Amino acid sequence: MSSTSGTVAEIPAELSPAQLVGMLRMMLRIRRFDQRALELYREGAMRGTTHPYIGMEAVAVGACATLRPQDRITSTHRGHGHCLAKGGDPRLMMAELLGRATGYCKGKGGSMHIADVDAGILGANGIVGGGIGLATGAALAARLARRDDVSLCFFGDGALNQGILHEAANLAAIWKLPVVYVCENNQYAMSARADAFTSVPDPAVRAAAYGFPGASCDGMDVLDVYRAVGAAVARARAGDGPSLVVCVTYRFMGHHVGDPLNYRDKAEVERWRARDPIERFRRVLVAQRILTPAEADALGAEVEREIEEAVAFAKASPEPEASALEEDVYA
Amino acid sequence: MTRGLVEEFGPERVRDTPISEEAIAALGVGAAMAGARPVVEFMYADFMALAMEPIVNQAAKIRYMFGGKARVPVVFRAQEGAGRGNAAQHSQSLEAWFCHIPGLKVVTPSTPADAKGLLVTAIRDDNPVVFLEHKLLYNTKGPVPAGEHAVPFGAADIKRAGRHVTCVGIHTMVHKALAAAETLAREGIELEVVDPRTLVPLDIETILASVRKTGRLLVTHEAYERGGVAGEIIAQVVAAAFDWLDAPPVRLCGRNVPIPYNGALEMAALPQADDIVVAARQLVA
Repeated sequence: MSSTSGTVAEIPAELSPAQLVGMLRMMLRIRRFDQRALELYREGAMRGTTHPYIGMEAVAVGACATLRPQDRITSTHRGHGHCLAKGGDPRLMMAELLGRATGYCKGKGGSMHIADVDAGILGANGIVGGGIGLATGAALAARLARRDDVSLCFFGDGALNQGILHEAANLAAIWKLPVVYVCENNQYAMSARADAFTSVPDPAVRAAAYGFPGASCDGMDVLDVYRAVGAAVARARAGDGPSLVVCVTYRFMGHHVGDPLNYRDKAEVERWRARDPIERFRRVLVAQRILTPAEADALGAEVEREIEEAVAFAKASPEPEASALEEDVYA
Repeated sequence: MTRGLVEEFGPERVRDTPISEEAIAALGVGAAMAGARPVVEFMYADFMALAMEPIVNQAAKIRYMFGGKARVPVVFRAQEGAGRGNAAQHSQSLEAWFCHIPGLKVVTPSTPADAKGLLVTAIRDDNPVVFLEHKLLYNTKGPVPAGEHAVPFGAADIKRAGRHVTCVGIHTMVHKALAAAETLAREGIELEVVDPRTLVPLDIETILASVRKTGRLLVTHEAYERGGVAGEIIAQVVAAAFDWLDAPPVRLCGRNVPIPYNGALEMAALPQADDIVVAARQLVA
């Protein structure tokens, strides 16, 4: 695993400069999106809550960079990053956050339920572990349809101890389903420390209980995530069955926007912030002369404009009509 | 319940599973979202308690919660009901749980023909369907149409016509009502036996039409009376046809106790044909 000094995995040969720049752009897009979501929440423009992905961008981007468009993901309550990385439209996402009729869910889902089934995004999920069975079932459907599509299932360290993971992992193993379980170990399930509530220090060892590979990677290093998840995706696509990849990461912000964060100390946060995945990847791309510092800055400005445009689109969008209440009700 | 299926359709489509109710339900939902049309078989409906998360929080919500852009064509199938000494964890009738949740269709066939026709409709439906059979009805004999036979949802069936008392029954209670109707007929009391067949959607119009004719309503099911579907049906009838009622509607339901093992106690926990006879006599008195 990489150290805090900022060393990173080597750049995989198959990633073109354009793809690498695209990955950095996506990480910036995710961060900016969630920064704006927090601002909108604090302005009172959003209801419910929002769970920022800030600090974890390397996981969604590294993992989704290994996928094809027809592959499917399931996401979590902290899902904006996954959705963007799988190709979600920030304008439709932002409109959903504001509860507008133009949002992905016509304003009926909100932050925790953004989905775009046609784009392979089988939804964020408000239930911890709720996507595990869905991703495994989608993998079964791909197999039945004789397609080599892969399901990629994001879940957090909190879901490690949900029973559905045991049941689904066993089923995926005995049926050799093309599913990759990507655990984002961001160290805390709400306020509960993963190391206090999980039976083993490295949850990847649990894969051995199901007879499939388990690996941990540096979730603050987009290239290490790409390498680890890529190997698992290739294995799944080849018909060799499921894998577990644990991405060791950290959320820079609280569990949700209102989290008082009284359960972790500032020094710990600073240690992890020093490993900011965006800064690290930017340094690598600049050092490798894939990008000049000026180009990297321009990328940030470009993403900022794009997210502002999404906010403007959302704010200009209409609220749902009252008649929408019973639309799509069939029972 | 699945005899011959694997021979006919092969082990890829007809899969034995480990005892993992939550996972098989959740896999069914995920597969349905991804283009398959699965039927998830739980054996006992009691075991659906282990799978309520994917049924209630995922399957029932997804289409609406995602703005109408997802389909979940999955059937959850199980046997419910008492009468065979299976005791408290293998005898419950739990249809009210599912009726309570917007986003689930709930089917309760009482005859072989309806079981075939409703299962066909359930599998073809693009939305999640909870298909509940009664274990004592598996040995029921009756005509079954050969070939294409689909029974629409939301169409109650009048199993026996009558002028004096409307009896809405579910599952075995349809058959007990038919037996009671024979007894009552000898006394000059005509029982109209209405089988809703699907509880969601509920064909309240057929029930209302019957009540407007008879002026008397009796609703009977094995499921616990408290919070049961009978209360819902009666509430809808009272709200829509109060002026047509000649007597207060009556519920004949399972007692509010865990189903006991002992045969006499089990019988006492369930409504019987004689109870229907007595209740009908009182309604017309």
